[in-house]
Amino acid sequence: MGGLWSYFRGLLGAREMRILILGLDGAGKTTILYRLQVGEVVTTIPTIGFNVEQVQYKNLKFQVWDLGGQTSIRPYWRCYYSNTDAIIYVVDSADKERIGISKEELFHMLREEELSDAILVVLANKQDMAGCMTVAEVHQALGLEALKNRTFQIFKTSATKGEGLDQAMDWLANALQNKK
Amino acid sequence: MSSFKREKKEEEDGGGNPFQNIEKTTVLQEARTFNETPVNPRKCTHILTKILYLLNQGEQFGSTEATEAFFAMTKLFQSKDVILRRMVYLGIKELSSIADDVIIVTSSLTKDMTGKEDLYRAAAIRALCSITDSTMLQAIERYMKQAIVDRNSAVSSAALVSSLHMTKIAGDVVKRWVNEAQEAVNSDNIMVQYHALGVLYHIRKSDRLAVTKLVAKLTRMSLKSPYAVCMLIRITAKLLEEEGDSGNSNNHLFEFIDSCLRHKSEMVTYEAAHAIVNLKRTSSRELAPAISILQLFCSSPKPTLRFAAVRTLNQVAISHPAAVTACNIDLENLISDSNRSIATLAITTLLKTGGESSVERLMKQISMFVSEISDEFKVVVVQAIRALALKFPRKHSVLMNFLSAMLREEGGFDYKASIADTIITIIEDNPDAKETGLAHLCEFIEDCEHTSLAVRILHLLGKEGPRTKQPSRYIRFIYNRVLLEDPRFRAGAVSAMAQFGATCPDLLENIQVLLTRCQMDPDDEVRDRATYYSNILSRQDKSLYNNYIIEPMKISISALERSLQEYIQGDTEQAFDIKSIPVVSPLAAEEIQTIAQKTDGMLSSTGPASKPVQASREENYIKELSNVPELQQLGPLFKSSDVVELTESETEFVVRCIKHSYTKHLVLQFNCTNTLSDLLLENVRVQVDPSEGYNIVKEIPCPKLPYNETGTSYIILEFPSDLSQSVGTFGAVLKFIAKDCDPTTGIPDTDEGYGDEYILEDLEVTPSDQIQRVSKVNWSAAWDEATEANNYSMMNIVFSLSSVSTLEEAIKNVVQYLGLQAAEHSDKVPEGKTVHTLLLAGVFRGGADILAQAKLVLADTVTMELTVKATEESVAELIVFAIE
Repeated sequence: MGGLWSYFRGLLGAREMRILILGLDGAGKTTILYRLQVGEVVTTIPTIGFNVEQVQYKNLKFQVWDLGGQTSIRPYWRCYYSNTDAIIYVVDSADKERIGISKEELFHMLREEELSDAILVVLANKQDMAGCMTVAEVHQALGLEALKNRTFQIFKTSATKGEGLDQAMDWLANALQNKK
Repeated sequence: MSSFKREKKEEEDGGGNPFQNIEKTTVLQEARTFNETPVNPRKCTHILTKILYLLNQGEQFGSTEATEAFFAMTKLFQSKDVILRRMVYLGIKELSSIADDVIIVTSSLTKDMTGKEDLYRAAAIRALCSITDSTMLQAIERYMKQAIVDRNSAVSSAALVSSLHMTKIAGDVVKRWVNEAQEAVNSDNIMVQYHALGVLYHIRKSDRLAVTKLVAKLTRMSLKSPYAVCMLIRITAKLLEEEGDSGNSNNHLFEFIDSCLRHKSEMVTYEAAHAIVNLKRTSSRELAPAISILQLFCSSPKPTLRFAAVRTLNQVAISHPAAVTACNIDLENLISDSNRSIATLAITTLLKTGGESSVERLMKQISMFVSEISDEFKVVVVQAIRALALKFPRKHSVLMNFLSAMLREEGGFDYKASIADTIITIIEDNPDAKETGLAHLCEFIEDCEHTSLAVRILHLLGKEGPRTKQPSRYIRFIYNRVLLEDPRFRAGAVSAMAQFGATCPDLLENIQVLLTRCQMDPDDEVRDRATYYSNILSRQDKSLYNNYIIEPMKISISALERSLQEYIQGDTEQAFDIKSIPVVSPLAAEEIQTIAQKTDGMLSSTGPASKPVQASREENYIKELSNVPELQQLGPLFKSSDVVELTESETEFVVRCIKHSYTKHLVLQFNCTNTLSDLLLENVRVQVDPSEGYNIVKEIPCPKLPYNETGTSYIILEFPSDLSQSVGTFGAVLKFIAKDCDPTTGIPDTDEGYGDEYILEDLEVTPSDQIQRVSKVNWSAAWDEATEANNYSMMNIVFSLSSVSTLEEAIKNVVQYLGLQAAEHSDKVPEGKTVHTLLLAGVFRGGADILAQAKLVLADTVTMELTVKATEESVAELIVFAIE
């Protein structure tokens, strides 16, 4: 019975993958969400709470939760951790001052039991800005080399120009399918 | 199939409530399903329904469990199911006040309210406003403004109504949406127009001029929505009421309401008629068309219209009896109406307007169906009977019997209380009815489940019983209570018995025996009271009786409590001084009525006013005055006067004065309001020119007075040592430094201001400012005692009051000018009498007791012989000379 069921599920494009987009405020999470969903840059305001959308990428369906990054909202991230398949962690590459805070929030989050199996994609966003950190610098600043037992990858992106998102999503789609 | 059968059987069992047996813990457990992916909309909708059901049944949710359920519910935003989403909105609204951190759904709701799905938008606005506080409102302001002028009427209405709710927490922000609301008033949709008018009015209601402009504009443009017209009528009526007779715009306003009588919608014509009959100023000529509309409705086939009409007629039957009499035939027909509520109102209206001869017939008709109507209408019947009893004192036995029969029937507290109230009123008003009334009340407390009511009756028995022909018969009823009921009951009974002991010497011995028995009571309070009274009664001292049993304590209880608390916390070396507690005056009946008439908030046309909490006026001021350090050394506040207007209404500045009397000082409090938007006032003070003998101790100016704000300045004066100089007239001038400023920002243009002044009306200091009313239950006893005692001085004077022509008017003037309290209902003059004695009591600042007797004789003018007894000679002199 179970085998038959999973067979049908495979035919129907499988269950929706649950993805969280996290990061500090102003990193570009909401812009990325709608870039993925409608393929356009929409004007956004600071997210008080969350946005949730269904995103179709290739033949995969994702249920993407974009959680607000303001200090006051970060404590609520954990309410949305359970059953998460992947995390897209967005970093503002031009914000050198707060990269330390971003690192703390990232590692704080990754310590959570509920996220132990989740795949991590780090997006070094706003690469179009002059004087921003390079991917390698972001990698180092976030201390990603310390990550063990975690499927993860870092990409450079510019959500407003639409650069780098496809590569990231391609990689993520593969990683998720392999995980199954 | 079998399950189908079972379901069917359950249905036959009486339909049943599918949610009957649900439990909170189980439902909250089920709510964890919300966290699962993918979402099962059917199941989740069902669970949400259960949560809503529980909340609406009054089940209490703790904040932790509510928050947990709330956050689980937020996960449902991933589903696109319309029904589920709308249930989520409802859930958010219900939980928003219990759960924490509800702002988490702000972004999601903002998206829904601006999105494409129309089914979401209105509901999302309502949910959003329920989770938004004043700080967050700024963030969604732009969306709210757009929504108000949205083309979709449901969205626009939702935004308007939500705005109205938001005014409570962030009035300033909502004020900025006035342009959008203005645009929405022009909407074609009847609901949008109505709601928009509501918002507009709410934004402007504190500014009379703006309301006047709004009304002037809207009355000309003929609104499409009947609801909006109804609202406009209410606003207009309120304006008319506030403005009184001044101004020419009145006619125009009244014409508008009058024209609405010919509106095509019944709702509007009713509202207009209702407004006209309730206006105080309406003349009988203006009244006629409104009454004929109501008369027409009386024979309408629609029960709602008949009900509305007869209810309105009932309300105005007292104020305009002649006009309502015109509808008597229609009302007679309504007595047999199948709707009992209509029938009750019809009968009670007839009772109010009818003659003495019809009373018995109508009472018989009421008694036929009184058991079939609800408590609320029984109260209406009782009120009608009260009015009747006051109008036709001779009919008291018929009415009293009817009331006692009603008292014996089942009924709620309000109903019983209104009957008891009515009987008490009749007793107080009509001496002939006293004995029967008391007997009925005695019978009632034999079997009364409402403790507060019974205690009141016991108190009344204690007050009135001793002065009846046969006091002893009441004692048995009272003592029965001691044997049976709960402690509050017993304590009340003990106090009532003590009254008999103090007033009737022949019963004293028996009372002492009963009180001794009460000293064995298991309850502390009852024992304490019994011991207290028994001890006082054993002293055989008349003056002790008077001061400690018969007369109630005349100081403010809440102030006493506060002072005692402070005393316990401080240094207890010195004895507590009860003189430091302000004396509380019995609230004049008029005052109570004005408080009761004040309804706040929206335009409730003539809704029932909630009963006000009766804190004494002095206490309210004590709180205000305690913020001024200079006033703290003056000792306890003795009396605060009514507010005196020192300016005409609608002038540049509004100044109101309150006179506070202390033992040796007079404090004048000036509340000044600046109504000029282009002027900032600084160093605002009122300069007074006191009469001879007064000494200005200190002036405390108000540093700054911006537009539309009220500031307070004080002057402390010392009373003259010669009391006869303490009554006088003070000249007053408002002085300030004015600075021109920008009307919108309120920031002054320059730092340089110019001094200016503004002449105010004169301020009078009268004896009543220095006297606190004291209510004496047994005035004669106190008077006799004062005659025997040697510490009272007596003054006597005869003179004529040429300006008044009735005894009532004379009494009113004397009571008002002297500020003394009439005792033993002596301020009511029996009809047709030309000779009357008014009994007064009070206490002067510093503590001198005052008793006064005024014998009034009515010839062409009123002649009065005033005898004053006071514990200080100068006080007696002051009163006698002041009245000349």
